[in-house]
Amino acid sequence: MASPERLMHLLSEDERALRKMVRELVDGELRKLSTEYEERAEDPKQSYQKLAELGLAGIPFDPEYGGGGERYLTYLMVIEELARGWLALAIGLGVHTLACDGLQRFGDSSLKERYLADMVSGRRFGAYALSEPASGSDASSLSTKATRSNGSYLVSGQKQFCTRGGEADLLLLMARTSGEGPRGISAFIVEQGTEGFTPTKVENKMGWRSSPTWELVFEECPVPEENRIGNEGEGFKVALSALDAGRLGIAACSIGLAQAALEASLRFASEREQFGSRIIDFQGIQFMLADMATQVEAGRALYRHAASLKDAGVDYSTEASMAKLFCSDVAMKVTTDAVQIHGGYGYIEEYPVERYMREAKALQIVEGTNQIQRMVIGRRLAPR
Amino acid sequence: MPLSIAVCVKRVPDTAAEKKLDDGDKTLDRDSVESILNPVDEMAVEEALKLKEANEGEVTIVCAGPEGAAQQAIRKALSMGADKGVHLKDDSLHGSDAQGIAYALAQVLKKGEYDLILCGAESTDARTNLVPPAIAEHLNLPNLNFVKNVETSDGKVTAHRETDKGHDVLESSTPAVLGVVWGANEPRYPSFKGIMAAKQKPLETLSAADAEIDASKVGLDGSKTEVLEFGARSTERQKNVVDNKEGDAHVKLADFLQQQKFI
Ligand SMILES: Cc1cc2nc3c(=O)[nH]c(=O)nc-3n(C[C@H](O)[C@H](O)[C@H](O)COP(=O)(O)OP(=O)(O)OC[C@H]3O[C@@H](n4cnc5c(N)ncnc54)[C@H](O)[C@@H]3O)c2cc1C
Repeated sequence: MASPERLMHLLSEDERALRKMVRELVDGELRKLSTEYEERAEDPKQSYQKLAELGLAGIPFDPEYGGGGERYLTYLMVIEELARGWLALAIGLGVHTLACDGLQRFGDSSLKERYLADMVSGRRFGAYALSEPASGSDASSLSTKATRSNGSYLVSGQKQFCTRGGEADLLLLMARTSGEGPRGISAFIVEQGTEGFTPTKVENKMGWRSSPTWELVFEECPVPEENRIGNEGEGFKVALSALDAGRLGIAACSIGLAQAALEASLRFASEREQFGSRIIDFQGIQFMLADMATQVEAGRALYRHAASLKDAGVDYSTEASMAKLFCSDVAMKVTTDAVQIHGGYGYIEEYPVERYMREAKALQIVEGTNQIQRMVIGRRLAPR
Repeated sequence: MPLSIAVCVKRVPDTAAEKKLDDGDKTLDRDSVESILNPVDEMAVEEALKLKEANEGEVTIVCAGPEGAAQQAIRKALSMGADKGVHLKDDSLHGSDAQGIAYALAQVLKKGEYDLILCGAESTDARTNLVPPAIAEHLNLPNLNFVKNVETSDGKVTAHRETDKGHDVLESSTPAVLGVVWGANEPRYPSFKGIMAAKQKPLETLSAADAEIDASKVGLDGSKTEVLEFGARSTERQKNVVDNKEGDAHVKLADFLQQQKFI
């Protein structure tokens, strides 16, 4: 029995049923659709609607606003299962969750009533706009401005690399309301279609092609004061807190992807014959598979551990960084080895592993590059 | 008018899994494989839920079988949107054949008042197709078998059946027993909320005595069929080579395809 199946014994009955449902959904339709949407580089609006219909858009959020009220661990289990079939879709759901998270934790009740209920039900999907052309890893240097004017803010500036920024209904946007550095940043909810807000360009990417990545331009875009999340100057805190949760999502995506690569490799190695025997019977291949399986299992245990800390209400930010770092490195290594095990067939589009390898790379970059994760972990370790 | 619908369901070994039979009593070793809700029963549940949505009413899931398996089958149907479950659980039922189970289910169904009783027309493990008509016989009700597109109005039920010869439209009074055919619909996935709600829904457990089941008609001893022997199915493929020595390969090939009902 494969070890993900043994995990079943650690899940509640509800989680088992949920996992089974997502598996059926992925194996039954999503994996197949993913190939078509990846090829066309098209956002799968209908699949997000399907996730919403099935109640998967708000699993870990407040039942008061219609959320599922489940553990973060349960949500991550769903993310891993989705990523096993369609990484870009899991990423899209992860970004939506990032936006919901900021709103749930820091928004006042009227803002939550206005937006959170629609978001957790999946009637409206969210995106997360932090990065800018000149401000990536050094996010607190962002320069998009929000200037007060008659009970509103006018937002001007440019955002870069915003996942589903042109498709989402709502943006969680970070902009500068006062002086330099993190304390000058505030967070806002901005509705798609607001005048002065234009998604200007979709990037052409190496992978995640069914997850559009946008450049967004703001020209004196009016945002009502009520749409600010938390106080002025608290925006960077909102952004980072959402990112902690988001990093666990990237970790779960990474393990889902690595699991898919491992499964594909096991299938291929059991069928491919050279020198008169199945290649899986060669020790050289077996050792690779053993390392891949071990890393996947270790990554899964690490992100589940970090999520358990979050669910217990304990500070989990270091562990979230560790999980993001470790799991995305695992995804890169395992998908690269998967291509190797497939030989020439691994390099062509007929098999899924070349796509997995392309997809893994971005996991080491988004939501804080792995250098930045090491920096975060290292800073926490070094005595002040 | 609100409809009261019962759906009889069964847990079967995963269609894709390798199955084992118990050497002793020659019944299926249900612990050795992952089991699922019989896919055809899932279609019967979907048909019932659609009827409920069109007419209002209540869907009751009825299942006979051992604790874990039967309850999982019922839970799955409840998570899809059915309202309550009835679980017939009794060791004396072990090894019942299709006739025995149909009799036992009929006894359970007698305890409720249903306008429609839906079953999958067959299960993917035994494939006898016997249970729906046998239930109808025991309850003395009309039986519409191998049907889809079920509709009701004013105490009547209509359903459609595709046959080799054409398309039948069947109509009967209610109550009636319907065997829903494979492919009747695309069963919905249970939603997250449905899954969470399923365990809050009422689930009644009945013993054979509760259902007034005559023990001599069920179980291995009560079964009219007996498994004498079993073996692995030969996987050898039939090979027909169409030669063209007489220049008529195209005719032979066409004949073959016609015989096999491909054309
Ligand atoms: C597909 C995709 C989707 C994305 N989606 C979103 C989104 O939805 N929302 C959003 O806000 N952003 C998004 N991003 C942006 C992403 O978060 C940034 O790309 C990432 O934070 C890195 O920023 P940068 O690209 O500007 O690289 P830079 O910050 O310029 O980094 C360049 C290199 O320098 C290294 N580096 C930088 N600083 C240090 C340091 N102090 N020490 C050591 N090394 C350092 C980095 O690790 C990297 O290797 C997305 C990016 C991609 C590729």
